[in-house]
Amino acid sequence: MTQFLQTLFDGLTVGSLYALIALGYTMVYGILKFINFAHSDVFALGVWMTIVWSKWLGLGQPGAAPTPWYMGALVLVLAMASCGLVGFVIERVAYKPLRSAPRLNVLITAIGVSLLLQNTGQLKFVFGPYPKPIPSLIDSTELFSMMGVSVRMADVAVIGTAAALMIAMQWLIFGTKLGAAMRAVSFNTRNASLMGINVDLVISFTFVVGSMLAAAAGFLYAMKYEGQAKQTADSMWVMLGLKAFVAAVVGGIGNVRGAVIGGLLIGLIEFFGVSYLSSHYRDAYVFAILILVLLLRPEGVLGKATVEKV
Amino acid sequence: MSKLFEETRSLKAPVWGVIPRAAWPLVVAIAIGALIYFGVSPLVGGFVSKVMLIVGINIVLAVSLNIVNGYTGQFSMGHAGFMAVGGYVAAGIVYYGSIKLWGSADPAGGILSIVQEGPKSGPLLGKGDFLFVISCLIGGLVAAGAGYVVGLPSLRLRGDYLAIVTLGFGEIVRVILQGSHDQIQPWKAADAAAMPVYELAWKLGGPKGFNLVPTYTTLFWVYFWAVLTCIAAYRLKSSSSGRAFLSIREDEVAAQAMGVDLTKYKVRAFVFSSFFAGVAGGLYALDIGAISAGDLNFIKSFDIIIMVVLGGLGSISGAVLAAVILSILPEALRDFQSYRLIVYALLLIVIMIVRPQGLFGVREVWDLKIFKRRGGGLGGSAGGAP
Repeated sequence: MTQFLQTLFDGLTVGSLYALIALGYTMVYGILKFINFAHSDVFALGVWMTIVWSKWLGLGQPGAAPTPWYMGALVLVLAMASCGLVGFVIERVAYKPLRSAPRLNVLITAIGVSLLLQNTGQLKFVFGPYPKPIPSLIDSTELFSMMGVSVRMADVAVIGTAAALMIAMQWLIFGTKLGAAMRAVSFNTRNASLMGINVDLVISFTFVVGSMLAAAAGFLYAMKYEGQAKQTADSMWVMLGLKAFVAAVVGGIGNVRGAVIGGLLIGLIEFFGVSYLSSHYRDAYVFAILILVLLLRPEGVLGKATVEKV
Repeated sequence: MSKLFEETRSLKAPVWGVIPRAAWPLVVAIAIGALIYFGVSPLVGGFVSKVMLIVGINIVLAVSLNIVNGYTGQFSMGHAGFMAVGGYVAAGIVYYGSIKLWGSADPAGGILSIVQEGPKSGPLLGKGDFLFVISCLIGGLVAAGAGYVVGLPSLRLRGDYLAIVTLGFGEIVRVILQGSHDQIQPWKAADAAAMPVYELAWKLGGPKGFNLVPTYTTLFWVYFWAVLTCIAAYRLKSSSSGRAFLSIREDEVAAQAMGVDLTKYKVRAFVFSSFFAGVAGGLYALDIGAISAGDLNFIKSFDIIIMVVLGGLGSISGAVLAAVILSILPEALRDFQSYRLIVYALLLIVIMIVRPQGLFGVREVWDLKIFKRRGGGLGGSAGGAP
């Protein structure tokens, strides 16, 4: 029972990270109908920005005083802002010239951007090729233990921040004028522009918001796995991004609520697989689910089946 | 339009009959392989020969990936995964096959597969060569089977799903192969010889990689397969399947309306492509004498993708040319290593913005205007097809 509850809790924590990343994938897919391959790298950039900003502010270094919560929040905001900026630049420079190009070309460009981010990060004068430790911005001792499940402050912060951001997204997309414009562009780009919506602006905004969410996920990842050393270009980042993409597909790509549900689902499946089957094949479970979903319900849990019209 | 017209024209009834039609690619492949192995290689020396070997394997990889990414307009990102499948199967068959059949894991090839430099003597083909050829074929077939299993669900859907599924597939292959059991070392050959085949099949070295495999891959075998791959890809392009591939790439809905079974042809392209990737994996493993799943990660897949994109999506000669250039470049510029992938990434982005069809597009080198007496016009390309 304890194992079950602990697995459930861990699955939900990591699942909420997947959900945050999946939101970025699904929003871009909803509007531009392509997989933003560089999104997983923006997430990794979020982790690195957290490392860089904390170091710059002198937070969480070995021997430093415990970080007050508002400084942690400052690092979060700074990481989100820098990744948002990067997302904006990526969209303007790489994707905007290809607005009317075939989807395959945009996909190749996205792969190029992803490779560029990974390998630029590895350069000596950027982040460097060597692993760097993640600063501990949060008290990592056990907060309380309930029915054998140990709950750390970091886990509470991860789930709390992720939930707050998801609620904010819900409000942004379904409760504001800009959100209505985003939904309109996603529904039909041409008609939206005829209705006086500035499509370029909406697309840029989508990229910025998606990148900021990825950065937030990166920050939360850094809190959860504080103290570990990570490399800039590691297939782990791509794998995490891929799992988040799978989450977006499972939930129904293009559907914002689906991304959240898919993220939690993938997190749970991964952790239950690891805990009850075998930890060696943890990446394989997620892709087995992807193939099952593609076979049985290709539109995803919440997605609507669409027919391509000529 | 003129391209399609011209390709239809080359479809007239075979003049020669079936057997010569099937045999001449083999003859040409053997001739070119022998020419490069016996003629060119001793002249240029060891280092250049080694680079030529890498070039040849990359040609097989790029041309085969071009069948999916170029002809059919789908996007596979797991080519290295299929390479790993083929490589492990071939290495396993050669290593354990040698032990089972003649008791030791030493190379037992003839002249055609002596890897060392210097004068060569002995029979033309040794017993090991047959095992080697069969192992590459089986490696290719297993990779093709894997391609079928992966492709069938993902190719029923829109193209970009294939990218994700194949990328995931490559990573899963890596994880699974790294979970295999320890290899039985050559000095314990007697133990291995006593073991049943199904137990040996999973003793592939795990995270340490599969090592000390006898080496057979020489320039002859590499260029034999490279020429075969190019001829197969060229014939495929002008066959009815090939035109179905090209039509899918141009417009899926229109192709479907013309009676092209989308999933069937996409899966077919994918299976062909995976087969050659598996063969290339076999050549790669038996060149180094070792294979490690960790080396065949998605970076390797990206390397092949950039060759296809640079050369032109759908152009065989373009893929060959890009494979040659991009294999020589890292060897020529040693300091270039740390910037290699940055340059490749920028190249991908710039090509897509400036010249999205790649250097040659669907055309071949000999379709270019400078190679023609009369350039342009509808009839101008009539001399293109052999």
